Amino acid sequence: MIRFAALFNTIDQSTKTNAKVAALADYFDSAPDEDRMWTMALFSGRRPKRAVTTTKLREWAAETADIPLWLFEESYPIVGDLAETIALVLPLSETTNDDSLTQWITRLRDASQTDDAARKAFVLVAWETLGGTERFVFNKLITGGFRMGVSQKLMTRALSKATGKAEAELAHRLMGNWHPDHTSWHALIEADDAAVDASRPYPFYLAYALEGPPDALGAPENWRAEWKWDGIRGQLILRDGQHFVWSRGEELMTDRFPELARSVDFLPPGTVLDGELLVWHPHSDSPASFNALQKRIGRKTVPKKLLADAPVVLHAYDLLEWQGEDLRDAPFAERRKILEELCAPLPVAAPVRLSPQLEFTKWDELADLRDVARDENAEGIMLKRSDSPYLVGRKKGDWWKWKLAPLTIDAVMIYAQAGHGRRANLFTDFTFAVWDGNELVPFAKAYSGLTDAEFREITKWVRKNTLQRFGPVRQVTPHHVFEIAFEGIQASPRHKSGVALRFPRMSRWRQDKPLQEANTLEDLNDMLRIYG
Amino acid sequence: MNSSPALTFTERGIYCAAGDFHIDPWRPVARALITHGHADHARSGHGHYLATHAALPVMRHRLGDIDAQGIAFGETIRIGDASVSFHPAGHVPGSAQIRVEVGREVWVASGDYKTEPDGLSEPFEPLKCHHFITESTFGLPVFRWQAQTHVAAQINAWWAKCAAEGKTAFLGAYALGKAQRLLSMLDPEIGPILTHGAVEATNAVLRQQGLPLPDTLGVTPETDHKAQKGALVLAPPSALGSAWARKFGPQETAFVSGWMQLRGVRRRRAGDRGFVISDHADWNGLLTAIKETGAENIYVTHGYTEIFTRYLNENGWHAQVVPTEFEGESLDAEGSE
Ligand SMILES: [Zn+2]
Ligand SMILES: [Zn+2]
Repeated sequence: MIRFAALFNTIDQSTKTNAKVAALADYFDSAPDEDRMWTMALFSGRRPKRAVTTTKLREWAAETADIPLWLFEESYPIVGDLAETIALVLPLSETTNDDSLTQWITRLRDASQTDDAARKAFVLVAWETLGGTERFVFNKLITGGFRMGVSQKLMTRALSKATGKAEAELAHRLMGNWHPDHTSWHALIEADDAAVDASRPYPFYLAYALEGPPDALGAPENWRAEWKWDGIRGQLILRDGQHFVWSRGEELMTDRFPELARSVDFLPPGTVLDGELLVWHPHSDSPASFNALQKRIGRKTVPKKLLADAPVVLHAYDLLEWQGEDLRDAPFAERRKILEELCAPLPVAAPVRLSPQLEFTKWDELADLRDVARDENAEGIMLKRSDSPYLVGRKKGDWWKWKLAPLTIDAVMIYAQAGHGRRANLFTDFTFAVWDGNELVPFAKAYSGLTDAEFREITKWVRKNTLQRFGPVRQVTPHHVFEIAFEGIQASPRHKSGVALRFPRMSRWRQDKPLQEANTLEDLNDMLRIYG
Repeated sequence: MNSSPALTFTERGIYCAAGDFHIDPWRPVARALITHGHADHARSGHGHYLATHAALPVMRHRLGDIDAQGIAFGETIRIGDASVSFHPAGHVPGSAQIRVEVGREVWVASGDYKTEPDGLSEPFEPLKCHHFITESTFGLPVFRWQAQTHVAAQINAWWAKCAAEGKTAFLGAYALGKAQRLLSMLDPEIGPILTHGAVEATNAVLRQQGLPLPDTLGVTPETDHKAQKGALVLAPPSALGSAWARKFGPQETAFVSGWMQLRGVRRRRAGDRGFVISDHADWNGLLTAIKETGAENIYVTHGYTEIFTRYLNENGWHAQVVPTEFEGESLDAEGSE
């Protein structure tokens, strides 16, 4: 595992993409087949099943480190990562062990078949024999989650460098249902005729955010516009009489949206659609808000009542495959034309609808439409160049998302808590309140949006203006007003204020604003009535 | 006489009524005893200062014209009804713990300290006392430092690699203490050592008082940036990546701090690399120091105060948190430390 741990270290220590790609390419070039399959699997979220509960791991780590469990538990949120906390508290080890990554994964999976005592013995021996980064990597294998800045794009670049194959081809090969247990390196990466997996999706093309007005994009007639829906991006695949639904995060969601099963009755095999999954009631003019869809997310099986309350349809906006042909190189206008013809005859009962395009001849007209997007339950406008092919990943130039300005409210900071992990030495997590008469009512927590310099400044201030401490939380003198930006608001009886915000963050530190001029609970309730 | 404690904690700082003086006060007072020259301990505006001979030059450099008196390590003086002496804290050159004895009661205010000798600062001296005032900047069991020689090897290996690749190595560290300690760890065989003006000014002060520092070259507007092949530049963190630094062409940057122990902090602030070196005691250092005082009463001033205090109380001490305005190890340019 030394080779893998070294790769991990290089990637972790480097801030430069090229250095990461080079290290990864080097690894793919030299590691044994099984190890490189597992490496790809780990970096793309296909991790081995958790062999030990984290509760047990914490107990065993505290015991081995000879510290009380509460002290371990207090340290963990400050470090921010369980695997790292364990590695840091254990007694230092002078030696290490160089069995391969695959051997360690196999042992780990074997251990998951045994009882608690045997698992504990296995883990303790591993901690004792593995040193430094190897021990940390082992903990990561147990706890799962190798989120470390290796995107799918970065991995395909490295693979391309190591194998000489084109990135787009590799991206396609890497999608879908492969796993080191039943897929070999040869079959996945090298085989000329990689078995065409009926379920295999196309890599998604992602838009960049448009910062200024769209005038910079040139003549409006070269562009098509549509609502940017606030749903889940999805790809519907119809092949061989079957259907598959994929999320942008490369997750197979077919079973979560049983409504889409009927699509095979309305659309021919050899069709692949890109669109937005939305809760849309049959006779409504616009989709339900994201809050309604939220009830469906994360449910692997859907009860009948929920199916009736929150029916999902795919709003199709692109056609990637038609009659079994890959259409991605055709211009968007052409793909769109076929898509429109395909969708025109669909009855209301079909779970697929055409996502309409917005009429405009001048950019000003589009700006006016954007202003009413919230009424349509859209979160902005998508702009696509008429002649653009369907590319892979996030590429600048052809697709833009022109988002709505977020909702904002001015609020008073009343509690502060130190951050964890990368921000362990700063106060970064704050609770904000609005006025209700003479009282401040907390309504949101936010921990992002300030610059590092601002976080450092507020940290100094918090240290000097703490009124009371409740464990890690400090109550501070009400003094600073921040503008809180958020994407949505809904009623929430669980919160003291009665509302819950979507994606709240600090958009501005209003040093210019006196405490008394922060917004009120009434202002929040007004927003709830309009946008909730 | 013994009814009120020898030292108390007030709005202005740690106060001794018997001698009518404050230790490291954060508001202006008539008479201040200062543990060391860092900004959160040695502040401007006091009537009279008392510090070790070794700490005074840097304080004068920072605070300008102050009314100050020097004292030798181990020398005892009488202030009112209190006997006072200064003892090495091992934190930075000249840094002291202040021992105060009133009647039979002995207190030690340790300021900032570290227990591992760094080869430059006067090594930490354990002192017996009844009441011990301690920091807890790194008072969690996840903070355990590796031996200085081990980290020195890591830093030199990184520098040598940068030099071999034709890059300038930038090492970010605050000017007083850590910068000089790093200088003493660097292998001058690898290449020239350059310093930012803020670091060089402190070097000059410390050299003048006889500290053995290797040769360094202060960077000035006249410096020929391209001619410094294989150099290492020591600079305050705020200078890293600035226009000033970019003049040197291809480069790598590294931060040096106890916070670099945490992968998250390393990834946010480390530039290309992060090395774990601190002038504050680690978990084991804090516990060893506290045990060696033999004190029953422990006052925890800054850092992970609540957690550390709870641990001490569970292990037989009588410990409490005392709020102060000391700041621990900062990652910033202004660096209180
Ligand atoms: Zn200090
Ligand atoms: Zn300090």
